[in-house]
Amino acid sequence: MGGYGDVQMIDENGLRMDGRSPGDIRDITIETGVIPVADGSCRMTWGTNEAIVAVYGPMEAHPRKIQRQDRAVLDVAYNMAPFSTTDRMRPGFNRRSREISKVTKDALESVVLLELYPRSKIRVTIEIVSAEAGTRCVGLTAASVALADAGIPMTDLVVSVASGKINDVVVCDLNKEEDNYGEADLPMGILPNSGELVFLQMDGDLSQEEFKQAWDYNMDAAQVVHKLMVEALKGGDSQ
Amino acid sequence: MILVISPASTVMNSGPVARPDNMTKKNGAAGPRGNNRGQTLVVPGEDLGNSEDFEAGHGVMAISGRLKAVKQGRLSEKGGSISVDPTHTRYIPRPGDLVIGYIEGCTNNLWFIELGAPFNAILPMSLGPGKVDFGGTRSVMDIGDAVLCRIQEVEETHSSVVTMKGMGLRKIRSGVIEEIDPHLLGRLIGKGGESLRRLKAEAECRIVVADNGRMWIDGELDGILEVRKKLSEISGRDIGGEN
Repeated sequence: MGGYGDVQMIDENGLRMDGRSPGDIRDITIETGVIPVADGSCRMTWGTNEAIVAVYGPMEAHPRKIQRQDRAVLDVAYNMAPFSTTDRMRPGFNRRSREISKVTKDALESVVLLELYPRSKIRVTIEIVSAEAGTRCVGLTAASVALADAGIPMTDLVVSVASGKINDVVVCDLNKEEDNYGEADLPMGILPNSGELVFLQMDGDLSQEEFKQAWDYNMDAAQVVHKLMVEALKGGDSQ
Repeated sequence: MILVISPASTVMNSGPVARPDNMTKKNGAAGPRGNNRGQTLVVPGEDLGNSEDFEAGHGVMAISGRLKAVKQGRLSEKGGSISVDPTHTRYIPRPGDLVIGYIEGCTNNLWFIELGAPFNAILPMSLGPGKVDFGGTRSVMDIGDAVLCRIQEVEETHSSVVTMKGMGLRKIRSGVIEEIDPHLLGRLIGKGGESLRRLKAEAECRIVVADNGRMWIDGELDGILEVRKKLSEISGRDIGGEN
């Protein structure tokens, strides 16, 4: 967190800088089947974030040493394009993208029925084309839509939403300024049908009450996003 | 295909959803919201009712007493079991299937064949085309070559063996190979092979449709383009690129 606690980000009416009230999320668009050569794909915009995800597989896992005899392996690669931020992003893997790839993989592993495809590999490539704040949430959510689009068996979709704290007020779905100058950030990966959690990180400090509030915001927002995902998957069917 | 919704004004369609408990003979598996040729689309995680009422078929799992869809597709009910016909599939080898594969690797006495399945198949030298000397596999069929072969056996571990001993099984040297999802083949072939026969006659091409969704089209360019057009219609995407 930036630590600029004196930056005023909520006005006297309780509205945020972009006019949202604390519980509101940004506009979302979801499109499936955007990459014809991929087995499944998704383009998701969330505010000014944009992620494109391609899923290939299940296919033979190479090199052979990565094969698991009892299940498939998920190969998740999260990457931010050099032009995705105002400061040029140095191309290639870095510490942050490695971390996000890992947490995304762990979250998806809890829903994908990997044991149906032993010794094979499912490749998930997440490319962030435009980044504002919360790209890990967009990446994970879009990846679960792309996996469903590819016909990969999974017990549920994963919805990822973040809430945080700005000027001592808990708000849902932080934008760039709120993320930079806010006091805390709590991204969560939620299974919308069962309410289970597959991913949780916290940056900054939240009291028990604030944590509970952020949790509730995330859970409510997950249901809204889930409905959009279902509509996109059902409407995106061209058969 | 594109959905733009502002969360502030989100009004979702909360119409009735097909579940085994609200299915009637009139509604069928589509339930009360039957559209799209009378079949309901489901997405992974969707609740399909109590697991005691119906058996879980393909693409459905019983999790703590409830039936859940685990694949995206259309709901169908047959003989007391409820299943999902997926909208996207990957080929799973079965013994006896005719397949078109690409050579992906060679050793001294066998070839590795890529079938578009989650697992590669092997083609031993003894089941290869004609007589092959030990160490001479690459001189007969090299990496990247396409072969028409048949699945001989599939083991428990999902590894499969293919054979080229059989009528018409050969290395493919002419024509083009195109690919669609395996579950769409039925639509290409038609009842009793009617549509495929018509397409062959119209395009004046030799078409060999393999069970893994690939097909070998051999003939004049105009005919090939016609077949590609038909495949694009079936699969809903551009097959064969810009022509």
